[in-house]
Amino acid sequence: MSERLHALGPKGFIPERDLDKTPVLETHHLGIDFGGLTAVNEFEITIGRTEITGLIGPNGAGKTTVFNLLTNVYKPTRGNILLDGVSTAGKSTAQLCRMGIARTFQNIRLFKDMSVIDNILVGLHHEMDYSLPEAVLRLPRFWRGEKIARKRAMELLGIFRMEDTAETPAGSLPYGAQRRLEILRALATNPSILLLDEPAAGMNPSETAELMENIRRIRDTFQIAVLLIEHDMSLVMGICEGIAVLNFGQIIAKGTPEEIRNNPAVIEAYLGKQKEV
Amino acid sequence: MIVLQQLINGLQLGSIYSLIALGYSMVYGIIMLLNFAHGDIIMVGGYIALLIIGAGIHPAVAIIAAIVGCMVLACVIEKAAYAPLRKAPRISLLITAIGVSFFLENVAQLLLSANPRSFPNTAIIPTANFNLGSLNISLTTLVTLAVAIVSMALLTVLVNRTKMGKAMRAVSEDMGAAQLMGINVNRTITFTFAIGAVLAGIGAILYCCKYPQVKPTTGYLLGMKAFVAAVLGGIGSIPGAMLGGLAIGMAEVIVNALGYTTWADAVVYVILILVLLIKPTGFLGRTMSEKV
Repeated sequence: MSERLHALGPKGFIPERDLDKTPVLETHHLGIDFGGLTAVNEFEITIGRTEITGLIGPNGAGKTTVFNLLTNVYKPTRGNILLDGVSTAGKSTAQLCRMGIARTFQNIRLFKDMSVIDNILVGLHHEMDYSLPEAVLRLPRFWRGEKIARKRAMELLGIFRMEDTAETPAGSLPYGAQRRLEILRALATNPSILLLDEPAAGMNPSETAELMENIRRIRDTFQIAVLLIEHDMSLVMGICEGIAVLNFGQIIAKGTPEEIRNNPAVIEAYLGKQKEV
Repeated sequence: MIVLQQLINGLQLGSIYSLIALGYSMVYGIIMLLNFAHGDIIMVGGYIALLIIGAGIHPAVAIIAAIVGCMVLACVIEKAAYAPLRKAPRISLLITAIGVSFFLENVAQLLLSANPRSFPNTAIIPTANFNLGSLNISLTTLVTLAVAIVSMALLTVLVNRTKMGKAMRAVSEDMGAAQLMGINVNRTITFTFAIGAVLAGIGAILYCCKYPQVKPTTGYLLGMKAFVAAVLGGIGSIPGAMLGGLAIGMAEVIVNALGYTTWADAVVYVILILVLLIKPTGFLGRTMSEKV
């Protein structure tokens, strides 16, 4: 396995336009054990500043675990993570968010009882710098902070043309809109890398196509990197500049969509090994 | 007219219960803890006000000191007793809360003796009565209602309109997701305790003005009733706690008015049992699904 890895270069893939800059995310020897079980091992990835990267693999391969490691929801057993060149070890999940990593969830985790705009405003929490006394006394800084944040929230909703639903409870939105809102909420935290956990789950082909377009548009508008977990191969192959394939917690292949499509290890992981003759 | 008179009495008592129930409900909403020490914080607030006024200091100072004292105490309890148990099973947290409650009651007994002390209520709200026809309303009643309404209005604004409030609601709905949105969960939890304790401190002063005595177990029954109020309104729900408090206050006053004074406390527990049997989510509670 490792020979294959090195054949593709130990640093993985960085599109040419990003070569001169520090990668937004780098991991070295990242791994985690749950009790005696190694869930993720030797996970190495380098993601350029405006790169869209796909993380694929069969069910149970450890993809979501990788997301949880990257956001420090799980503390890594081994290895380290560099976000914008800075190690994330010892940082809390909330601190990491402020350092520029944001994510969505496989099973949507919006604040369902809160309105759509309030969900976004939670993401904009740190944009508002007023203190409690200022809020209670309704001082100018409170109004200014709230006003700017609300304006920003409406702009974000505008990305998906969701301004009309601003005051609707998030839980009552249709499924697709909830997925889109989760992306916007993550964007509100002003990330430099956006982690999307199965953004197209439950979407029909036309919705998926629209989502692809939107992910690309978000990357271009915000100049951020995207790392996405996805089972929909049309999406992954369609928008990702680089793909990493995970199986049993190990990266078995990295490369461009073209390279991945023809990689025997990947085909084996997905379809099973051919009987030796 | 007697009905209206009792209605006003019920509102007064009920709004005090509401203030205290809010602390129960908010804390439960955010970390699923029935904070049984909440009632005893009221007792501490009562003693602080009593001692400061007793020392001849201006009552305004005493009121502020009582409220700030309650807030600081609640934050210390949260940091020292509850925060280390953040990842422990909920039952450990509950038992710890009961332990903190006993601790506070017994420390108060040790330092200040078990004898009830009379509370200088007239120093805070002067005795005055207003007569509207046969209706008799005391100044204490008016002040209680006004303070309770203003406090609850401020709380509603705080929770719905400020970033701290949004953080509180976000943490109570999904702690993990809130953390991933950059919310400092520990700070938000402490903040919730502090807000609950401020309301309890206000409630303490108002309660002691109505029933002018303080003893180490003052907070026990009061806390229990506020807890029932929170459950009745739907624990975790802020408007629910307000509603539940008023309902419990009314129920108690009605039972008293009918002449069954000795049954007043029992009725509160009967309400608790009935709520749990018939509608465990209370008036406005949402069904809580176990989070994974």
